[in-house]
Amino acid sequence: MKSLISSPYTHGDSSLQQVMLQVVFALIPAIGIHFWFFGWGIITNILLATLFCLGFEAIVMWLRRRPIQTTLFDGSALVTAVLLAITIPPLSPWWLILVGSLAAIVFAKQIYGGLGFNPFNPAMIGFVVLLISFPKEMTQWVAPIANGEQGIGLMQSLQIVFGSTGLDALTGATPLDALKTGIRMGGEVSGVMAATPIYGQFAGFGWESVNLAILAGGLWMLWRKTIRWHVPVAMLGSLAAISTLFYLIDPSRYADPIFHLLGGGAILGAFFIATDPVSGATSTKGRIIFGIGIGLFTYIIRSWGGYPDGVAFGILLMNMAAPMIDYYTQPKVFGQKG
Amino acid sequence: MNSVNRKLWKYNGGLHLEDHKTCSNQMESRELPMPKRLTIPMQQHIGEAAHPIVKVGDKVLKGEMIAESSARVSAPIHAPTSGTIVEIAPMPMPHPAALDAVTIILESDGLDQWCELHPIENYRHVSSDELRDRIRDAGIVGLGGAGFPSYIKLDPGQHFAIETLILNGAECEPYITCDDRLMRERPEAILDGARIMRHALHAKRCIIAIEDNKPEAFAALERAQSQSGQADIELVLVPTLYPTGGERQLIKVLTGKEVPSQGRTLDIGIISHNVTTAATIADAVIDGIPLINRMITVTGESITTPQNIRAPIGAPIEALLDFAGRENGVETQLVMGGPMMGISLNSASLPVIKTSNCFMLQPKQPTVPESPCIRCGECAVVCPAELLPQQLYWHSRAREFEKVQDYNLFDCIECGCCSYVCPSNIPLVHYYRFAKTEVWAQEREKEAANIARMRHEHRQARQEKAELEKQERMRKKKAALKDKEKGGTDDAAKKAAIKAAMDRAKAKREANQNPEAAAPTDVPSQEAAATETQPATIPESTSKSES
Repeated sequence: MKSLISSPYTHGDSSLQQVMLQVVFALIPAIGIHFWFFGWGIITNILLATLFCLGFEAIVMWLRRRPIQTTLFDGSALVTAVLLAITIPPLSPWWLILVGSLAAIVFAKQIYGGLGFNPFNPAMIGFVVLLISFPKEMTQWVAPIANGEQGIGLMQSLQIVFGSTGLDALTGATPLDALKTGIRMGGEVSGVMAATPIYGQFAGFGWESVNLAILAGGLWMLWRKTIRWHVPVAMLGSLAAISTLFYLIDPSRYADPIFHLLGGGAILGAFFIATDPVSGATSTKGRIIFGIGIGLFTYIIRSWGGYPDGVAFGILLMNMAAPMIDYYTQPKVFGQKG
Repeated sequence: MNSVNRKLWKYNGGLHLEDHKTCSNQMESRELPMPKRLTIPMQQHIGEAAHPIVKVGDKVLKGEMIAESSARVSAPIHAPTSGTIVEIAPMPMPHPAALDAVTIILESDGLDQWCELHPIENYRHVSSDELRDRIRDAGIVGLGGAGFPSYIKLDPGQHFAIETLILNGAECEPYITCDDRLMRERPEAILDGARIMRHALHAKRCIIAIEDNKPEAFAALERAQSQSGQADIELVLVPTLYPTGGERQLIKVLTGKEVPSQGRTLDIGIISHNVTTAATIADAVIDGIPLINRMITVTGESITTPQNIRAPIGAPIEALLDFAGRENGVETQLVMGGPMMGISLNSASLPVIKTSNCFMLQPKQPTVPESPCIRCGECAVVCPAELLPQQLYWHSRAREFEKVQDYNLFDCIECGCCSYVCPSNIPLVHYYRFAKTEVWAQEREKEAANIARMRHEHRQARQEKAELEKQERMRKKKAALKDKEKGGTDDAAKKAAIKAAMDRAKAKREANQNPEAAAPTDVPSQEAAATETQPATIPESTSKSES
């Protein structure tokens, strides 16, 4: 290694693997809550996605004649797998996860040169490819388990995932989706929310708890300095600002800011995906602009676009802009401020 | 004056490092017994190497000048003890690239006999110029590690008024404690040095800055100041944070001012020197003693008793290591300087030089492979120069040297904070050094090309001028000839002779012109022939290359 011939000769205790594992650890509470409300689906998703993502990573590294082991255990493919698994509906068929993992690891990450060289967030590419290719599978979610109800058992879950049992009877639309359809059919926000049992305290039964757990994980990462505050604060701040603005203009057609923050993928996107440093902006000012952009795109797509949620598209659109943002937001260096 | 209520500023980033100072700063410094042979390189400073002024076989006394240089940025070198010059030859020196330098080998005679010294009785009655000359002649360079000739930094010129003289006793690098020990053991010398420099600079005020992990050093200076009966120097404790000892960082902390990027400290009316340099200047001025030895920290996990050692310039490093005791049995790595900015040396037989502030002997670290950069930006968070190290790395790696300069490569102080925090373990500073060297090489090439171009242009101009002069001479000659003709002299015979000669020449010219006139008609046909034959040869050659 070069540092033996050139200073510094000492190194802090951070490592790539540690950074990646902290992201996974931060998701554990959310996975637990998810399991509580939606059953085994999240577990099968994660296991399958991990298997496929690591498998694809290993195959590509073998094809590229690069060291398989160090790359496989740097944790980056694991993070992609877990994030992808959380965005895919629970109890999705195995092939859906396979296609998503292929898109994420092979097309979004390795074709560009692997970790550090991918312009787009791999998990989001995987998710968007699935959303566009399989809209039906991607928008049907298992209904949350209400108090006292019996969820789907492990064996039945496996049967669903591997294709011998149908799922249709058990699923419904996501809160964002239902709201969008409701409004499009001429309903008002309050009416739609009252008519459908999926809405909980503020954003969707089950969903809001999962999102609060994701928020807790995100705050833990901030405290551990695994991520910095700029992107999440800017993104959630701009989403809150624009949704408040439209809510004040016409509360019958636009949902309130709490619903926007907690009802979809905003928290996950803000803390776990938009903070992906590889595909995001890197300067401090750049990160704030990057986050604001995602928040605005998220709202625009949610409110007037064709898809129920806009977080993934917002992130990918801003990923594209990141190099330019970085170029125009270079900080003034020491001694150039005067 | 003390620092309790003083306002201090902050610079971006920096690191709270484990300082590892107590292992070496508890013990009184010790004097290394004079080694039998001293190996004295002629390049121990920034600038031109010094040239030996002694010959093999010469006997020299302690403190006698043995090498000097007429260049401005250079420093003379003195004999650290009395003895005989036994060899002058290029030898390896402590340098990151293990370069050779002309080196004088001095064999000690064991007498340690001083040459005649010339103390300056009262520096206050002496001009700035004289003080600077004395400091230059004493071979004093920046002893904090930079090695820039000190007298130049005491010569701001007429256009700069020096507001503040800062003595840097921050010593922010982990492990190093030589400044700490010197401040504790010789605070009076440091204060004297400060006053001499202040006098030479006509500086309005003088600050000595010490990181707050050295309270004993601060107390010693405070005590010395109160004993001296003068309260003219401000002693300031600054928060311990690496790299506060960086010149620009320390100035920011103390004054809130930023030295302009690519500028010098005197642009903002500040000059800074290291505290050990100050003590050495006091010795040179008050006692006439040149720079022939220094305080060195010998430390690291592979040293039995880490401590500070006063050693002569030229002593073999291994003598110091053995004096402090080496742990046996492990493979070690030797570093000159601290763990953050030091240079690794591949041999302990290299000599102590003026800028050797610390030798660190550590067990060899296992190599950790470099992972890809994930642009996490932690490097930018800690960068005291407020650069974007991740972008510098990206462009250095791609050899895009113009882009690297756009990202202010040359504002990098190579403190190593970025490499230290990098989760991917990328030796970032190494990439920046590489990029800097490449840019310098390109600049040198450009310079060489410029010189070549200028020489060519000068040559052309010279030739044109010569041609014009020739024509002018011809014209004058012709005019003179005409004048003569007009004058109508009587010697017609001469005239006739000239005319005959001209006629002869004319005939000859005409005879010569005919074959020349025939030639141009030939040329086009030759060309046509050439162009005709060419198409035939081309397919041949391509077919050859295909086969």
